Amino acid sequence: MRLRRSGPAEPSEQLDLGAVATGIGERPDRLAALDPRVRLISAAMLAVTLVSLTSLTSAFVALLAAIALALLGGVPVRRLQHLLPLELLMLLLLITLPFSVPGKSLLEIGSLSASAEGLRLAGLILLKANAVVLSLFGLVAVLGASQVVHALARLGVPAKLCHLLLLTLRQILLVGDEYRRMRLAMRARAFVPRSDRHSWRALGWLIGMLLVRSLARGQRLGEAMRCRGFDGRLHLLHRGRWRRLDSLVLAVAVSVCVALFAFDRWSHAA
Amino acid sequence: MAHIPDGVVSAPVLITGALGSAVLLGLALRQVREEALPQAAVLAAAFFVSSLVSIPLGPSSVHLLLNGLMGLVLGWAAVPALFVALLLQAVFFGHGGLVVLGVNTLNLAIPALCCALLFRPLLARLVEPRPTPAGESMPSVTPQERRRGFLIGLTAGALAVLLTGALVMASLLLSGEAFAPAARVIGITFLPLAAIEGLLTGVVIAFLLRVEPAVLALDQPLDRLSDA
Repeated sequence: MRLRRSGPAEPSEQLDLGAVATGIGERPDRLAALDPRVRLISAAMLAVTLVSLTSLTSAFVALLAAIALALLGGVPVRRLQHLLPLELLMLLLLITLPFSVPGKSLLEIGSLSASAEGLRLAGLILLKANAVVLSLFGLVAVLGASQVVHALARLGVPAKLCHLLLLTLRQILLVGDEYRRMRLAMRARAFVPRSDRHSWRALGWLIGMLLVRSLARGQRLGEAMRCRGFDGRLHLLHRGRWRRLDSLVLAVAVSVCVALFAFDRWSHAA
Repeated sequence: MAHIPDGVVSAPVLITGALGSAVLLGLALRQVREEALPQAAVLAAAFFVSSLVSIPLGPSSVHLLLNGLMGLVLGWAAVPALFVALLLQAVFFGHGGLVVLGVNTLNLAIPALCCALLFRPLLARLVEPRPTPAGESMPSVTPQERRRGFLIGLTAGALAVLLTGALVMASLLLSGEAFAPAARVIGITFLPLAAIEGLLTGVVIAFLLRVEPAVLALDQPLDRLSDA
């Protein structure tokens, strides 16, 4: 059943949860031939390298590389709307850091002076933060949750944590459906969230009801799993094979990270 | 603003965060029994979905952190639940970062554990099953007790958010004096959030006391839960 929308849908009603299960990619993933483990290791190495960069040039090169990875992975441009909170924080840093880092003055406003060093630091953070997120999108997020967790488990992450991840990921979709149903029922009773006591109480009850139903759902799930012989062990069904291509790509990833790091120190010194 | 992105905090803070959260996660996972995993997973999913609900506040709207409520309901299991949520948000939604994941986990998990430690015993006393006079069907939780539950939720929710705000500010300040103005602005944004979070947490706790107190007594053996 669909209710005709009388106005724009509230953002809270459109939770974009499907992407978590299937991956965020919409165009073909050109890195699909690789073992997910290579992608995870490369993403982690790249993130650590990125965070340690100190020069604007190398951070810019890294951002370009991250954009390339996102394009290769088939990340849709629409996905970038999720980066809005990140960019807001970056804006805050861009505004405040020039005034709080001592250095050569660029601009004077009253007694405050904006320093070039501060602006440089803010720019560096902006480049690094975006580069990490984009490379994560391209390398990991397009895989979809179940592949990521399988790869994590085979990389030695504790089985209990992998279990929890796998179950939580599946349940987020189901609980999300439950939430949408309840939200629809509220709309059918003409509920429009406003900034008042009535709305807050209604939304609190909504969250409470979600928890109540989840408790029941959890009990059913646990019983159903026990009926099917769940003994607390994680059985991995997808056994991707590590091929020569994967070793090759891993070697390339390591050398790219080392090169980026060396270039960074060189360009910082220069 | 509770999710610090990568590239901001300094190496010592990052390493402390990673080690601290690894230790905390290890301890917490040992506390969660294998057969309680499905239960914990569904509740973790429910908290994840709830944190995406936008709550109108003044002219704008906010998302709840819910770490206070998670501490109250989940106890130790709040730590892996928060970690899983942060991991998902970093990887699939670009909120937060990968290297900074440990710091972000600690910033949310420590207040959750504080709430669990301080307020769970108080709640447990409210939920405790007690003998009812024979022949009379008494509501198991009286209105006064619901009001007390609301106050406990209010305090826990607000305290957890304020504590998280303080930890986020500390992570920034420890990374460099230059972040002080930004940290102050972020700290201010936590104040209205603490108010609304406290209110909503109180409402949720009062609701749960009325509808299904079992959600607030998850550590008790299962046979006792089904009686309640």
